[in-house]
Amino acid sequence: MMCSICGCGGDAGHPHHGDALRPTHVHAPGMDGRRMVRIEQDILAKNQRYADANRRYLAGRGIFALNLVSSPGSGKTTLLVRTVEALQHRLSVAVIEGDQQTGRDAERIRATGVAALQINTGKGCHLDAHMVGHALEQLQPAAGGVLFIENVGNLVCPAAFDLGEAHKVVVLSVTEGEDKPLKYPDMFHAADLMLLNKVDLLPYLEFDVDVCIDYARRINPKLAVLQVSAIRGDGMAAWLDWVGRGAGPAPVAIL
Amino acid sequence: MPLTACPEMHELSLCEGVLQILEEQSWIQGFLRVSRVCLEIGALAGVEPEALRFHFDAVTRGSLAEGAILEIVAVPAQAWCLPCGEKVSIRQYFDACPQCGSHQLQVIGGEELRVQQLEVE
Repeated sequence: MMCSICGCGGDAGHPHHGDALRPTHVHAPGMDGRRMVRIEQDILAKNQRYADANRRYLAGRGIFALNLVSSPGSGKTTLLVRTVEALQHRLSVAVIEGDQQTGRDAERIRATGVAALQINTGKGCHLDAHMVGHALEQLQPAAGGVLFIENVGNLVCPAAFDLGEAHKVVVLSVTEGEDKPLKYPDMFHAADLMLLNKVDLLPYLEFDVDVCIDYARRINPKLAVLQVSAIRGDGMAAWLDWVGRGAGPAPVAIL
Repeated sequence: MPLTACPEMHELSLCEGVLQILEEQSWIQGFLRVSRVCLEIGALAGVEPEALRFHFDAVTRGSLAEGAILEIVAVPAQAWCLPCGEKVSIRQYFDACPQCGSHQLQVIGGEELRVQQLEVE
């Protein structure tokens, strides 16, 4: 049966809109007028249920999922292209791309030979766990591999939406200003790793790396930081190692 | 309606989440109309109350909560300071401990985004 809310098949293996909430009969409203009812329910509880289902799906298949978040223009997609090019000979890699419009990013990933699925959010400014659940069904990422989810370029809303990932990775480019962690604290609080990208441009900029990292760690003392240049290759080995460690006991690499 | 930033999609999707909860609860708890919605919003939740009100009115139009009063209970931000071993008040994620100046803080309150209670009929 087609789901009238999201248009999905409705027979998906995840909890669906209000499943298990349909009562066998509807109570007739009382005649005693107004009353207060306590709800105590998180507004994002629904997203959380889908995220938990995604996390179970991923854990069951040993897939290491990373949710890449950043402002538009941080170099996320180029970083991802270089990452999957380097990783695909060692690990199974799949990519979910989120953008408001176009399939351009998924096409860039597919050009490397890696499976990629584009989600267009239309007016939506973030991916949510329900969209990602459907993407997983379509993409069928290989067990034991790595899944990269490139979120919509936006440093605000994606912070609040768990997709079921193992970690959020925030990409900040050195062209953006070192005080961005202070201006958009939620994302730096939610992330476990910050990739400081485009460090090849540092000689041409007034960007104080130490100050930036200090700002980020004021918000999140546990934040790991790696300095990279996706274009020139600086720091990419450390980043690939980080991914490889998370992916756990990877199949023996034949390089 | 004075909106301070551009189209706050975040608040819009939160309001859609609130409406979904109201619709689910109307089945479970057997009510037809909602006349008051009380939300708990933490100081660190990144929510602009004015934008929330604006979108709430728009999203609930034509629904079981059309015209409902939206009450927002602000929850202050609190953190556990590791060096002090105490609960302290903060205003933002990057605040230092007001007592010792450390940033070794673990947030323990202020991230709430919760429907607390409803007045229904």
